[in-house]
Amino acid sequence: MALALQQLINGLTLGAVYGLIAIGYTMVYGIIGMINFAHGDIYMVSAFIAVTGFTLLAAFGVSSVPFALVVVLIVAVLFTSVYGWAVERLAYRPLRGSTRLAPLISAIGMSIFLQNMVQLTQGARVKPIPPMLTGGIDIYETAEFTVRIAYSQMLIVLVTVGLMIGFSWLITRTSFGRQQRACEQDRTMTALLGINVDRTISLTFMLGAALAAVAGVMVTVYYGVVDFYIGFVAGIKAFTAAVLGGVGSLPGAMLGGLIIGLIEAFWSSYLSAEYKDVATFSILILVLMFRPSGLLGRPEVEKV
Amino acid sequence: MPPLVFANDAPTAAERLKDASGVALIALLLGIPMIGLTTADQGGSLQVLTRWPLLAAFIAASFCGRLVVRYLLDALKRRRQAQDRQAGATAAKETRRGGRMLESIGWLAFGLALVLPIVFSDNRYVVDTATTVLIYVMLGWGLNVVVGLAGLLDLGHVAFYAVGAYAYALLSTQFGWGFWAALPVAGIIAGVFGLALGWPSLRLRGDYLAIVTLGFGEIIRVVLINWTDFSGGPNGISSIPRPTFFGLPFVPSSDNPTFATYFGLEFSPMHRIIFLYYVILVLSLLTNVLVKRLRRLPIGRAWEAVREDEIACKALGMNVTNAKLSAFALGAMLGGVAGVFFAARQGFISPESFTFNESAIILAIVVLGGMGSQLGVVLASVVLVLLPELGRDFAEYRMLLFGAAMILIMVWRPGGILSHREPTLRLSPEGGRRE
Repeated sequence: MALALQQLINGLTLGAVYGLIAIGYTMVYGIIGMINFAHGDIYMVSAFIAVTGFTLLAAFGVSSVPFALVVVLIVAVLFTSVYGWAVERLAYRPLRGSTRLAPLISAIGMSIFLQNMVQLTQGARVKPIPPMLTGGIDIYETAEFTVRIAYSQMLIVLVTVGLMIGFSWLITRTSFGRQQRACEQDRTMTALLGINVDRTISLTFMLGAALAAVAGVMVTVYYGVVDFYIGFVAGIKAFTAAVLGGVGSLPGAMLGGLIIGLIEAFWSSYLSAEYKDVATFSILILVLMFRPSGLLGRPEVEKV
Repeated sequence: MPPLVFANDAPTAAERLKDASGVALIALLLGIPMIGLTTADQGGSLQVLTRWPLLAAFIAASFCGRLVVRYLLDALKRRRQAQDRQAGATAAKETRRGGRMLESIGWLAFGLALVLPIVFSDNRYVVDTATTVLIYVMLGWGLNVVVGLAGLLDLGHVAFYAVGAYAYALLSTQFGWGFWAALPVAGIIAGVFGLALGWPSLRLRGDYLAIVTLGFGEIIRVVLINWTDFSGGPNGISSIPRPTFFGLPFVPSSDNPTFATYFGLEFSPMHRIIFLYYVILVLSLLTNVLVKRLRRLPIGRAWEAVREDEIACKALGMNVTNAKLSAFALGAMLGGVAGVFFAARQGFISPESFTFNESAIILAIVVLGGMGSQLGVVLASVVLVLLPELGRDFAEYRMLLFGAAMILIMVWRPGGILSHREPTLRLSPEGGRRE
């Protein structure tokens, strides 16, 4: 019972991170209909920016953890958005209107490029940072087990909830949100109505990258280690989350993320930690077989 | 919205500078966190290091690069516009001449491949490297069926390579199967894996297949690492038997006749190396012939039709799923056969050899060589295998360059460098003569 409660907390934390990354996939898929394979690597870039940021602040003698967090979050979001923009501009925009395969290949090329660029410029070693947010609240105690919510977990969940509220407002209430949804429905018509489609798509990529950046900073704080390979697995899992929730649906991405996080947490504590990735991928294949439109997605009708 | 200009109007120098400055600004923003700053482990804790000169060089290179590229692109555009006006009726003829030239290059390459081990019969390094090239050629040709002909993006080709390698390793070490008996069986096992994986995912949109194969590649690797009883875990499987020459082993001495004693030769380890080279050469040539023949059969035409327009194929009553599935399974099978050879050649396999990077390299070979072009795959394999052999620097930058090259090629020539794809059918201007 106590273990299950603890895994619930861990799973929700993990799920929040996956959900944040999954939104980037789902938004990009919604607007230009392609999988942005480089999205996981954008998240990895952000984690590295966070490591550099925290180390730099520590070198300048900043000891206030909340201050450091806010500064690094802002810096990481800004720089990572530029990366998101550049990825779209270099690898995807020239291919708009090309064959279906071309943007996928250039996306995978971008992913390989980013991974190796970070490996070359930042080193292949695992980067550890000293723990910053230690401690937590014990909420339930039994003789042999203490259920604890770590402060870093609370931070992740709170930030994610806050971002979700802000993000929903952005998409449903603002002018940009309307443009974004219009582009999703019909790009040509949107362009005819005088909306700058290129700019909207660029902004979508930047927004997705910004959310991935938050996820990257959070993971750095939570785990305290970063390496150039984390984007690959996190990317696949977040994509699975997006598919599970229904590609194109924003609440679906969050829901899918939470489900994947919970499955992973429970699987690794009750069944086997080694095969937790296999569990996620098997879910992906099962969902694709039996419910390709996902939990909250609409079935896709292909038109000529 | 940029102002409307006539296509012939070249931008002014000021506009060019402004454009390049914009690029330099982006380069600055991209460069600060990755090039300008880095962290290094010093005395147990991370320290921030700066590399401002490098960053400055990067920005300067972006600025100048943008100026030059922009200028060249404009010049190219203007020339193309001029050319377009004198529309090319010569295109068809050119295609055919180009095709003939490629064919003769292909024969030349084949001849070179045949004599290579004879010329370098005392140079183990050259023959070994050539064998590696041929393994990649074979993998590339296998993946080419999936990506180039059927237009399906397979990001986990290495999984089938691993299935083939482990199938042979287990069949030979556990059940005493020989190389030649295990070769088709392991190929079929890999093909069955392809069917099992393709069946659920191929009915969906193409993008899903990419991610499912990516995930499958990881599943296979994770299972191989963790299922120690089955695969030996991270230690892999060692002492895998080598292929024999019609039952004659390549060993220094034995009670039974060996290759050297049977032919009255003095034993030399080079015999085995050269034999392995010819085995993979024959295997890859068989692959080539098979794929070439299949392309002319209805199933091969169906693959290319599906790649070009799936909806049209459906409307014509074709079974699109079967076409895709057969291409996918064939690709998997060829990957499996290459895996058998790999295991037999190395004598030792472990999950280390089957990472995503390997899939990426094979995909890069197919993409860079020109999807659907057989000769392009050969050229790309040669370049990709030789590049890291040239020096450590090349090895380090190899994947970075591949990634960048994949993007550039998609943007610049989506067909690949040798995008010269012979149409299997053509309207004959000479009136109905079959070619």
